[in-house]
Amino acid sequence: MSEQRQRVLITGNEATAEGGIAGGCRHFFGYPITPQNKIPEYMSEHLPPIGGVYLQAESEVAAINMVYGAAAAGARAMTTSSSPGISLMQEGLSYMLGTELPCVIVNMVRGGPGLGNVAAAQSDYWLATRGAGHGDGRCITLTPYSVQELHEFTAGAFEIADRYRNPVCVLADAILASMMEPCELLPRREPSPPERPWAVGPHDPAERERNIVNSLWVDHNLMEAVNLRIEERYRQAAEEITDWEEFGSDDPEVVLCAYGISARICESAVGQAAQAGVRTRLIRPKTVFPFPRAPYARWAERVERMLVVELSMGQFVEDVLLSVEGRCQVDLLGRAGGSMPTVADVVERVVALAGKAGGH
Amino acid sequence: MAELTLVNPYPDALTGVEMRYCPGCTHGTAHRLVAEVIDELGVKDRTVAIATVGCSVYAYEYFDTDAVQASHGRGPAVATGIKRVHPDSVVFTYQGDGDLASIGMAEVVHAAARAENFTIIFINNAVFGMTQGQMAPTTLLGQKTTTSPRGRTVAEAGHPIRICELLDTLDGAAFLAREALTTPARIRSAKRSIRRAFETQLAGAGFSLVELLSICPQWWGMDVLEAIDHVEDTMIEYYPVRVFRDRLGEEEGGGDA
Repeated sequence: MSEQRQRVLITGNEATAEGGIAGGCRHFFGYPITPQNKIPEYMSEHLPPIGGVYLQAESEVAAINMVYGAAAAGARAMTTSSSPGISLMQEGLSYMLGTELPCVIVNMVRGGPGLGNVAAAQSDYWLATRGAGHGDGRCITLTPYSVQELHEFTAGAFEIADRYRNPVCVLADAILASMMEPCELLPRREPSPPERPWAVGPHDPAERERNIVNSLWVDHNLMEAVNLRIEERYRQAAEEITDWEEFGSDDPEVVLCAYGISARICESAVGQAAQAGVRTRLIRPKTVFPFPRAPYARWAERVERMLVVELSMGQFVEDVLLSVEGRCQVDLLGRAGGSMPTVADVVERVVALAGKAGGH
Repeated sequence: MAELTLVNPYPDALTGVEMRYCPGCTHGTAHRLVAEVIDELGVKDRTVAIATVGCSVYAYEYFDTDAVQASHGRGPAVATGIKRVHPDSVVFTYQGDGDLASIGMAEVVHAAARAENFTIIFINNAVFGMTQGQMAPTTLLGQKTTTSPRGRTVAEAGHPIRICELLDTLDGAAFLAREALTTPARIRSAKRSIRRAFETQLAGAGFSLVELLSICPQWWGMDVLEAIDHVEDTMIEYYPVRVFRDRLGEEEGGGDA
């Protein structure tokens, strides 16, 4: 029987929650924080009736450690939060890296630092792509730019987490969380994760030895071996799941670089810049760890200027700089603390840059 | 020739790996009691031990069961995650006073309040052992540690925390007891409470915790016998040894406390 996909008008938060269920998650642990409260609310309504577990933890610290326990026990487990809460989860993520456990976390980024505000920001880019607590290791990080992608990326994140035995972060923001768009819902898949011979729980001792989930390796050679294994998985992930989208002119004067909600703004800017007589092309990463270096390196050979647009004072721009390796000029249009550039702001900068580019 | 019977064989639920505890330490006694209970209840193959951070960090090497090593203080949250995935598992955390009563206070209180159906073995020796003798939340007033070198004072560090009494205010706690690992009689009593805690979990009755007053000759600066006397003469006065709650017993109409 062919699957008739249901098309609904929902918020990003709801699409994310339903994406988790569609991806086979039946264990959700969370703590309220704006702007993502609709996710735990949705999970508390929808998980118990299908035999799942929703549990409101006493803190984000506890939530990520409940995810750690559930993942160690073999479940597809998930938590969601926003910036300050993600800060609190860093230690738990480090333990999950060290024990090579899969899980999915969603960060609906808000303005910071500190308590900040509940407006959209992209200032947790480093926290997502460089973070995951102390030690080497990072979250594989996905950057949806629509409600549909929030849904699909969250569902797909469980497969990726399983394949690389690593936490996966879905990195979005307060606007994506709250805005409503049409969304074609994926069917809810059964929670049937791949074999987990390493998971703890009741077992027949004739079938396996006891399992230990542990990240303590006093012998530095053993500890390094864990790191090398993790690093090898990142190398594989870079080959297998690096993803991006390009949009706009095939002969651009300026290349726009943006992800998530900033890419939505830039998408509009591509059209308006064309009306203003400037050809632009947008390179939009769908994964930022692993980072799609290739398209930036390729276009750096063909344009003189790139403009990075991000809701931070300059984090994502560093990955662009590492990718272009000095082969072109990279400018930054950064807004912070919950402030947003308009499409007109982006077009104005593009036109100005094109003028400079033409002058050389 | 008379046939010899081994009355107390080495517990099946211990691996036999040489323990790293200091001479005289009662962690070994506590491990053995827990392992004997696991064997007696026949639950080894569905038990998951949660090792935490402190002297017992290597508990996963000693208990011959599935095990997860948790970060400092988060054992009860990790146990919650495991138990919610496998309700038929038998889960216990093994936590010291720094892990449980200091950094992990939120996790233990909320696990008890939620009536999470697992067991905590709480080792109270009134000092941070692994990090070499600093003050713990359970350090007694006047007790000298490496961070209370003139003895703990109320003015500097407030009062020691009584965990069983604190948890005894929560309806979700089904079994709470404080025991002491000092004399043979007390050790036998400790085993009865540990067994009762696991039985509480097996009955699905809710949260269970056994606090074990333990000695730390190394960081108390005492020999073993002095340390045992210190528990008997001083610690028990502040931390009374008794069963605080036994919901299974209440339901049975007994109240064997």
